[in-house]
Amino acid sequence: MATATRFRTLKDMPSDEYLTPGNTMCAGCGGILAVRIFHKVLGPNVTWVNAAGCMTIAVSYPLSPLKSNWIYTAFASAPAGAQGVRDALDVLMAKGKLPASEDMKVVVVTGDGAAYDIGFQSAAGAIDRRLDFYYLCYDNEAYGNTGFQMSSSTPFGSASKTTPPTAANPIGNTHRKMDLFEVWRAQNAPYVATLSNSHGVDFLKKVEKGGTIRGPKMYIDFAACPTGWGFDPKDSIELEKLAVQTGIWPLKESVDGVVRHTVVPRSLLPVKEYLTKQERFAHLFEPTERTEAIRTIQESVNSYWAVAGAKEGFAVKAAEVT
Amino acid sequence: MKGTLLTGNAAAASAARLARVDYVPAYPITPQTEIIETIADWVREGTMDAKFVQLESEHSMMTAAGTASLTGARVFTATSSQGLLYAMEMLYNVSGWRAPMVLVNVSRGLAAPIVLEPDHNDVLAARDSGFVQLHSETCQEVADLVLLAYRVAEDRRVMLPALVNLDGFYLSFTRERVVLPEQKEVDKFLPAYDPPHPVRATKAVAKGSAVMEGFVYSYFRYNMHAAALRAKKAFSEAARDYRELFGRDYGPVEGYRLDDAEYVLVMSNSFTTLGRQAVNRMRERGVPAGLLKLRMVRPFPSEELAALLRGRKAAAVFDQNLSPGSGGILFPEVAASMYHVKGRPETLLPVVGGLGGKQLTSDEMTSIFEEMIAVRRGEKAPEPMFLMRSEELAKAKKAVALAEGEP
Repeated sequence: MATATRFRTLKDMPSDEYLTPGNTMCAGCGGILAVRIFHKVLGPNVTWVNAAGCMTIAVSYPLSPLKSNWIYTAFASAPAGAQGVRDALDVLMAKGKLPASEDMKVVVVTGDGAAYDIGFQSAAGAIDRRLDFYYLCYDNEAYGNTGFQMSSSTPFGSASKTTPPTAANPIGNTHRKMDLFEVWRAQNAPYVATLSNSHGVDFLKKVEKGGTIRGPKMYIDFAACPTGWGFDPKDSIELEKLAVQTGIWPLKESVDGVVRHTVVPRSLLPVKEYLTKQERFAHLFEPTERTEAIRTIQESVNSYWAVAGAKEGFAVKAAEVT
Repeated sequence: MKGTLLTGNAAAASAARLARVDYVPAYPITPQTEIIETIADWVREGTMDAKFVQLESEHSMMTAAGTASLTGARVFTATSSQGLLYAMEMLYNVSGWRAPMVLVNVSRGLAAPIVLEPDHNDVLAARDSGFVQLHSETCQEVADLVLLAYRVAEDRRVMLPALVNLDGFYLSFTRERVVLPEQKEVDKFLPAYDPPHPVRATKAVAKGSAVMEGFVYSYFRYNMHAAALRAKKAFSEAARDYRELFGRDYGPVEGYRLDDAEYVLVMSNSFTTLGRQAVNRMRERGVPAGLLKLRMVRPFPSEELAALLRGRKAAAVFDQNLSPGSGGILFPEVAASMYHVKGRPETLLPVVGGLGGKQLTSDEMTSIFEEMIAVRRGEKAPEPMFLMRSEELAKAKKAVALAEGEP
């Protein structure tokens, strides 16, 4: 990033905590970690507007792990909830009923079920209206809170409770993961970024950069989900890092529609290294290896990086297609 | 007579402006659209000091309305019919948040089949949502009830959202003489909203937290019920102030020629005017007829209703709505209000009519009284009436035949 940043190394991660220790999320939850890091950049004056999902349980009456405001809305309309808060703050300040010191950053926090599916329309509306807000989607690639059913974010080849591998369809989910980054970019969101908790400095810089932009600031955080994906919670960060290193989760940003990859792997690790570490992909390897499905995944990753590299002028060594 | 000619929609918009609302999230739907267009114009030309924003659905509109109210703004919005149903999930959230915004519903029948004119299946679908509900008969009442609704909703004993209903077409697009109160008088009646626990940077709050235990949930739900019941007292006090300032008197129910009435028609909304005419016609025939109008539907004015119905020979409940498989929606509520009342009317007649705005002739309206009398005389069983004229039935059957391709 060309602009000045206060985040150069992980040592620059602010020590301020707005999320108290101990909350009701699962061990190793990538979502709550994203909230914690995000908040560190935003500072104390925040209203979180939540849609139904895993994070909803984090604020269970009478407790809240947050030092900031929280509004749970509904599954489909958290961005509209952010609209109401933002507009109310603006109109009350304009009328002199509220001092400027009460101004806040308004942040939507939802899972991928809300962001990609049921709340898609509400986000599109907020982008269209150029609402000045942040949207943090913790993307664990399925309906995690209800026990891991397929969403539009579920990747090709993943098992889920509603796309179980069967004799007729041994590969599980046959849809490709929807490209929400590109959809939001096409809707003219001034800032869209992907995040991974494993790449803290990149994460911090992007939230910081969002703060310099007026309008919708859209973030998709790759949120490892030990219970849904089937891995040891201690490996969350390792798995997110592998997703970046295999090229499965590209770290990038779009400023006024211009895309730039912020972390470019020199040579991609084979996707197998990522897939074999999760139970949701186990059926691609046992009892028989689904070579074609694995090849499809690898080819799609290789092709993604070839196209991105050609556009932006970098070269990424593709992983071997077996 | 003072006043200006205003449609029901214009009366609703005017009252929102007089209430000095801060925020109007909106979404168009017939027959409500004129309300938000009017407000959009006023905000644009600077004659209304509010923020107006058009959302992408009624569901989002109600969400924004609720969270803005939680942030301390005075909020107004309006919808109709399918829009109210589309927003329904959020009605329950907004009341659960105890966000005292005011929603105007312009009644319109529900699809399918799609229709434009009114009945009350839309507004009564919101019956159990926790909104205070006030229903209007005239355009004057629309304006007055919107102002009263803010007082009741924002009353610390209540802190619930309120809904004011008016009938599409019959009120929404009909010009009637309306006396709008003076702004400075309204300011006396309705001071600025002072939210008890708003979303604030300096004092963080959590709204709509998950509740994992049934007993805590029950506690909050019972609380809402108690608050809704207190809305009756809050309404009476607000109505007293309103009468003193503006001279118009509103109770939760209103009687018409009830003094010596033996046969009473219970109804609500704009068709009440037709009910009044029917009462007059029956009186001309020497029948002691009367009418009881429900203005407040939530909280349900059981005691007021029972007090006015006891001692009558018969009552009929006119429902401009239909719960298929049960009948009119308000009938069982009226019946339940009378159950333990000594001297309750021996005959309680369920009547359904006016669905999708079906017009009612004065003969149809008087037939309700004739039916009550026939039942009282033992000539008929108290069976539900479904109003439709024979020529209407013939026309409907002709339309069906045409649709089926018969020559």
